[in-house]
Amino acid sequence: MKLIILNDYDQVGEWAAKYIRNKIINFNPGPDRFFILGLPTGGTPLGCYKKLIEFYKKGEISFKYVKTFNMDEYVGIPRNHPESYHSFMWNNLFKHIDIKSENTHILDGNAANLVEECDSFEEKIKAAGGIDLFVGGIGPDGHIAFNEPGSSLLSRTRVKTLAQDTILANARFFDGDLSKVPTMALTVGVATVMDAREVMILITGVHKAFALYKAIEEGVNHMWTVSAFQQHPQTVFVCDEDATLELRVKTVKYFRGMMHVHNKLVDPLPPK
Amino acid sequence: WKMPTNKSVSKAPITQFVNCRILRDHKLQREDLWVREGRILDPEKLFFDEEGYADQRVDCEGLIIAPGFIDVQINGGYGIDFSQATSNVRGGVALVAKKILEHGVTSFLPTLVTSPPNIYHKVLSEVKVHSGGVEGAGVLGKEAVRKDVDTSSYVRLVLISGHDIQYCIPYNCCHLEGPFISLEKKGAHPEQYLRSFQSGGMLDLIETYGTLDNVAMVTLAPELPNSEKVVRELAQRGITVSLGHSVANLSQAEEAVQNGASFITHLFNAMLPFHHRDPGIVGLLTSDQVPQDRTVFYGMIADGIHTNSAALRIAHRAHPTGLVLVTDAITAMGLPPGRHTLGQQVIEIQGLHAYVAGTKTLSGSIATMDMCVRHFKQASGCSVEQALEAASLHPAQLLGITRCKGTLDYGADADLVLLDDAINVRATYIAGQEVWRK
Repeated sequence: MKLIILNDYDQVGEWAAKYIRNKIINFNPGPDRFFILGLPTGGTPLGCYKKLIEFYKKGEISFKYVKTFNMDEYVGIPRNHPESYHSFMWNNLFKHIDIKSENTHILDGNAANLVEECDSFEEKIKAAGGIDLFVGGIGPDGHIAFNEPGSSLLSRTRVKTLAQDTILANARFFDGDLSKVPTMALTVGVATVMDAREVMILITGVHKAFALYKAIEEGVNHMWTVSAFQQHPQTVFVCDEDATLELRVKTVKYFRGMMHVHNKLVDPLPPK
Repeated sequence: WKMPTNKSVSKAPITQFVNCRILRDHKLQREDLWVREGRILDPEKLFFDEEGYADQRVDCEGLIIAPGFIDVQINGGYGIDFSQATSNVRGGVALVAKKILEHGVTSFLPTLVTSPPNIYHKVLSEVKVHSGGVEGAGVLGKEAVRKDVDTSSYVRLVLISGHDIQYCIPYNCCHLEGPFISLEKKGAHPEQYLRSFQSGGMLDLIETYGTLDNVAMVTLAPELPNSEKVVRELAQRGITVSLGHSVANLSQAEEAVQNGASFITHLFNAMLPFHHRDPGIVGLLTSDQVPQDRTVFYGMIADGIHTNSAALRIAHRAHPTGLVLVTDAITAMGLPPGRHTLGQQVIEIQGLHAYVAGTKTLSGSIATMDMCVRHFKQASGCSVEQALEAASLHPAQLLGITRCKGTLDYGADADLVLLDDAINVRATYIAGQEVWRK
């Protein structure tokens, strides 16, 4: 893995956005050759999305030949609910860039048959040729997407019941009314993300530090599902100083020492 | 590079207003505004449901987009007097409708002052509801207030450009200010045509007006005997009852509100002044006798003349959500200084003042709606959003037409006014089409 250690949340967002930008430009997508991007929701990627929008507005990048697959969506809330992941993606990314609706894919939490919806999502990824770069975050309990502790490391897209902790944490987005918080979600599996050709995990904040430690300095374990990416050939973890607080000094020093090499990955590319 | 359109719900062209700040949820937000078939469109729904895109973009260059202004008290302008039965009543209304687009007004209620029955009979039969367009602002109808209205039967109207556009059910249109008002507070209204409810109430109304079909609002004095039945009956018919030109005390005013009255005609003017032991009609702003689910709105002529700024601030601070800006504009609005007719009387313009000729009684104002919005903001110190809502959202709430007018919510009619930060009107749109540009 590459562990990219930056000073703060803003730098993480910027580095990640530049990395994505360069990946897309180097891939040189076209009408017969789409770049397939996996995307997360939540507070962590917001900074990255803002930067991507900036790059689009400056003309540095286009999403015309990019297809996206989101990681998850709540079950049972209306698609236009302000807390749905459809609304999140529309408001924080899609409405600001030139992506076509038919090239975006988000699981439908209101599908008549949820299992079929999950299976067909896997089919769509396959039909698109697989994911080139899957971007994700990490939960304080080390989960990737909604693959809570105990999820099989070989899991695929499926329906998951949310942990009580997650429901309590989400109550603030539903007027503090527990009865309004969704209890189930559709999520890509650990193996679904592992199938991607490259994975980038964003981790910011001291409350994620322990999870990062468990994910990269301890063994592969289904209780900390992000640890599965130790067995992926191309993983990048991008984190801020606070998120490294539970790591060994030796680990941090090693990867900080590599920054001058890793930063070349985000240098502006020469114009074509 | 333009995205190919691929809309499953409708083939009609979609316009996207970009680079603008829109008034939504009581705030100015940096959001694009999408319009299709004369209505505000939900772009998220368009994206996910229809996979559709804009056909054309309008660059607003950083301007503010607000819902078009609504004037519920305007007596005429540019030489036209709505209270005169000329040979071309419709032409007169149309002329004013066209001119007030420059002030950002996209909907209005032609107002008639106290007049003899023959005037009402003639004018009301001619002034019909008309949706706005390139020809001018829309003469407002009043959406049925009852909740069980079948929305599938909305009238389809055709704009001159040929697009079929659906609107709210419109079936009324005028504001009748008088003649059932107080002698003591007649203001500029002609004394000889004042009337009382001597035949019991509704009979007097029908006799005087001829018809209530094209009426959206009636101003009356609630202290007149038999008024209770009239207020109740009018309110039940969906006609807004406004209290004005009256010497009612607070209890009489409160009773009228309980019977259905919901508006006060030009607060402070033509009513008893506020008194701390009987606040009169002004007391409605903070009355605890107003039913819970209702709001009492009040018209304010914010031209810097009809109301002292301190009084304006007292009213605004006491009851900010009820303030409705009105122009009460008269024939002379838009005309040079001199003498002009209003109803059955002659008035005289001196600078920004309009008096009953030979007196110092104010006869009405010649301020335009955008002037009023600017003056209101400056005098009250309120926010831009509040100033704009006083001329759009609040009158729409008063008339019960917020589903279509007075907001930029999805599904509302795309009647828009583009303004700069100093609240100067730069362009006006009706049903998504540009009808005036500076």
